Amino acid sequence: MDVSVTGAKILFTIPVLGGINISETLVNTWLVMIVLTGLCIWLTHDLKVRDISKRQAVAEKIVSMAENLVRDNMGEKWMHYVPFISALFGLSIFSSLSSLLGLWAPTGDISTTMAWAIVVFVQITYFKLKTNGLGGYLKGFCDPIFLMAPFNALGEVFTPVSMAFRHFGNIVSGGVITTLLYAALTVANHALFGWLPGVLGDFLAGVPFLTVGVPAVFSLYFDWFGSFMQAFIFCMLSMMYISTATE
Amino acid sequence: MERAIVLMGCAIGAGLALIAGIGPGIGEGYAAGKALEAMARQPEMKGELTSSMLLGIACAETTGIYGFVTGLLLIFVAPGMFLGML
Repeated sequence: MDVSVTGAKILFTIPVLGGINISETLVNTWLVMIVLTGLCIWLTHDLKVRDISKRQAVAEKIVSMAENLVRDNMGEKWMHYVPFISALFGLSIFSSLSSLLGLWAPTGDISTTMAWAIVVFVQITYFKLKTNGLGGYLKGFCDPIFLMAPFNALGEVFTPVSMAFRHFGNIVSGGVITTLLYAALTVANHALFGWLPGVLGDFLAGVPFLTVGVPAVFSLYFDWFGSFMQAFIFCMLSMMYISTATE
Repeated sequence: MERAIVLMGCAIGAGLALIAGIGPGIGEGYAAGKALEAMARQPEMKGELTSSMLLGIACAETTGIYGFVTGLLLIFVAPGMFLGML
């Protein structure tokens, strides 16, 4: 029996600039973006002031939840950040949940989460430079004494790295454990029914009884809980880092 | 022979890297327990405490995730790299 844990497969290569590899990550991210855009358009077309439809009620609920999240964590003067944070949240959650459809989850690739973390890091640095000026920003590295500057610089660089690795690691560990679980359940199935004599044993050992129900329980934790959790944490950390950068 | 030594080193290293799971386990349990104590004292703060606890747990988890990523690299990337060097 073979257990294989692989990264994103390369689907095809565009023969420009020495070959650009188009991997599953890229294709699935575009699929998620198309689905999200379609969902937003469907939720927000022909809005009314009175006699609102159920669809509009759902849309209003989502928007007010996003506004409350940003207001509670960043404050009233950051309300223009609602679209960014909700876009990050939606993209993260739909990417992670796409593994439920048997697709390769784009968040299980370090490139995706690293790209998001770098977007956040650029904003953190921008706000730090804007509030303190270049001199103040550089002075912030020599916080207790100037000898600490390398460690402070390292800490600054590790902000996006830890954000990216946290999201990536959680999704990938779920995938790896699910793969191992399927393999283990197949072996357990063989052990359970393989000793039956004759054709009956061969037949029953080949039918994956155990792999039908058991993984669903684990999927509930790793896919549903883990995806929501990581999207929430990624957005919370982005909001905190960005809003504290101006202090 | 060299091949066997390289593969053995990578496998042992991956196993050792996953010892990093102990620390976050203890830390997260401690955070959750403290949050539960606080919730028992002030049940009206439950929502705020839960989100703070989850954030703290996520930060504590980082070192465990580093260990896991190191283990993955040692299993899937390092053997190929080191065997190429031989």
